[in-house]
Amino acid sequence: MAIEKNWDLIVKPHSSWFNLNFSETWRYRNLVLLFVKRDIVAQYKQTILGPIWHILQPALTTLMYILVFGVVAKLSTDGSPKLLFYSSGVVLWSFFSTSLINTSSTFIANAHIFGKIYFPRLVIPISVVVATLIRFFIQLFLFILIIIYWKFFVDESSNFLPNITVILLPLLLIIMGIFALGCGIIISSLTTKYRDLSIFVSFGVQLIMYLTPVVYSASIWGDYQWIMDINPLTYIFESFRYMFMSTGAINYYGLVYSAIFAIIVFLIGTAIFNRVDKSFMDTV
Amino acid sequence: MSHTVIDINNVSKLYRLGAVSSKTLRDDVGMWFARIKGKEQEYLKIGEEVKKQLMWALRDVSFDIKDGEVLGILGKNGAGKSTLLKILSRVTKPTTGEIKIKGRIASLLEVGTGFHPELTGRENIFLNGSILGMSKAEIKKNLEEIIAFSGVEKYIDTPVKRYSSGMYVRLAFAVAAHLDPEILIVDEVLAVGDFEFQKKCIGKMKDVSTSGRTVVFVSHSMQAVKSLCTRAVMLQAGVVAKEGNVNDVVDFYLKDGAEQIKNGVIPDNASKYNSGDAKFKTIAIINEKGEQINNLYFDQLITVQLELETYRTVDECVIELGFGNSEDRFTFTSTGDMAGKTIKLEKGKHKLSVELNPKLLPGDYSVYLGVHDMSKTGLTLDYVEKIFDITVYKFTADNNSNFLFNASLGKVRQEGKWTITQNK
Repeated sequence: MAIEKNWDLIVKPHSSWFNLNFSETWRYRNLVLLFVKRDIVAQYKQTILGPIWHILQPALTTLMYILVFGVVAKLSTDGSPKLLFYSSGVVLWSFFSTSLINTSSTFIANAHIFGKIYFPRLVIPISVVVATLIRFFIQLFLFILIIIYWKFFVDESSNFLPNITVILLPLLLIIMGIFALGCGIIISSLTTKYRDLSIFVSFGVQLIMYLTPVVYSASIWGDYQWIMDINPLTYIFESFRYMFMSTGAINYYGLVYSAIFAIIVFLIGTAIFNRVDKSFMDTV
Repeated sequence: MSHTVIDINNVSKLYRLGAVSSKTLRDDVGMWFARIKGKEQEYLKIGEEVKKQLMWALRDVSFDIKDGEVLGILGKNGAGKSTLLKILSRVTKPTTGEIKIKGRIASLLEVGTGFHPELTGRENIFLNGSILGMSKAEIKKNLEEIIAFSGVEKYIDTPVKRYSSGMYVRLAFAVAAHLDPEILIVDEVLAVGDFEFQKKCIGKMKDVSTSGRTVVFVSHSMQAVKSLCTRAVMLQAGVVAKEGNVNDVVDFYLKDGAEQIKNGVIPDNASKYNSGDAKFKTIAIINEKGEQINNLYFDQLITVQLELETYRTVDECVIELGFGNSEDRFTFTSTGDMAGKTIKLEKGKHKLSVELNPKLLPGDYSVYLGVHDMSKTGLTLDYVEKIFDITVYKFTADNNSNFLFNASLGKVRQEGKWTITQNK
């Protein structure tokens, strides 16, 4: 007697290149949230200052940048007040760099879990980006406080204020998140085989920072301006500054370029990630 | 009529041993292209160099698992059990072949996966439960029960890093025990923890199996397999060696290995020390029925048969037979009647037979042999280590395992003569 078989799951040697499994990952959204919670709760446990570090870290970095790049090196901020310029750069950059660095260790750092249980592997890098996003909002709050402080206590005639384009902020964050996630999973996939990369990551991230208008304005490169122009992050940083400080302008074509760039990187990333996922338990 | 819920079809798994990547970038690229085309295996046949580093952990494994069945997977270390389990749990993928699964599947290769030391017990229940595939609603529904089952109610809001290892495992198992899948895959999780905990695990497994769900259970523990499973599959060197009724497979498993070392020849290079004057040639362990075995029941009388060749006459000779555990330590040695005395061995071949009940407690052991010349202040003529592995099962020949409830510490059961009188 033939029984109608409706297999729920077929385990096959090869999965397709772009098997993103979004629906499956969506089913595990609860797990994403728990990992996010774990990351945020566990990070500063047993530190004296606890969650204050979320604020303190960018504040200290901003001060350092003002000293090193502003006061000592006297790099151009295109006329923006140093405090505003550097704090905006630091807050946005820390979202990108933390997302990238933390997702880049996905496979290695979670090998013990991946080796014991199955769930869509993308859950981990996605949860890392979401956790970083939450931290970003905390830090964004700090940045907004700085803007208010500037307006009311330092320079009452200040025009460095947010404008209506702020509503586009989610778009910026999505582009950046996807870009960081894409880069992160590419690196994490490659590090399963070539561990050297994980050492290179922090260096590489720093390098990208200097190719991005984080600590100086994009105009500083002069003849080499094109380096900034091809960097998709440039448009995001410039747009961000325009949104909150009304300096410069939003280059919408640039943003479209950034978005396409980020999506391509993300697609390549997921393809490699899927490949590695298939065999990584045997190589780590 | 029950239908198939897991259909394993010609599953093979290839492992690359040693090096993480193949030798050169050229190989890497070649392999990569071959893999894109799905012809990995064909490419592998090309390079001899590459071939040496490959190992088939599973080779064309096929069998079905029916609805409501409790299937045991048996096999020695390296037989491919864990690999099969990993493929079933989707932790790794097969190299060829496919597995079709019907129903919600959950696997338990470890308890406490994803526990974070900084999070509280309660938080970890949610995290671990979600990793295992429970929905938030399910966890909430079972939360009180899980906490009660774990027995750590008082500390449930304390970070688990402050837990004792026992509490940690109990909490972890409590979560796992409340998984409610249609198909449950369990590894030798039961091998960890104290005996009481193992009993609890087996009890829970029984509950699951009697509730009509499908269970796939991998274990070394014959006792557990025998008492839980209805059907079993035995893997040997990556292939299905035996499949069928659990008792048949267990019997087959117990005899396995004895056949491989039928002649028990000790290779010449096995000696750790050798003076050139003598050499152990063969070893065999024989049960009461005269059959060769290398898996023992607890409390079993065995005969160790040895062949020793001496290349000169040794006037004052001592021979020792030792058993050691896996941690590289001697459990005991026996020299029989030779204690304090010596024997004379003429030049030539000698057959030795040692009858003893080693009273070893369940576990894995190996045999050590030594022959020494006492006339030359104990010169070692031949000494071989770990030439023969034996496993002592957790039950006696008549399937009794009550002995585990008392005096199960240590390595050897020592039965003294006890006299107890009450002071009046």
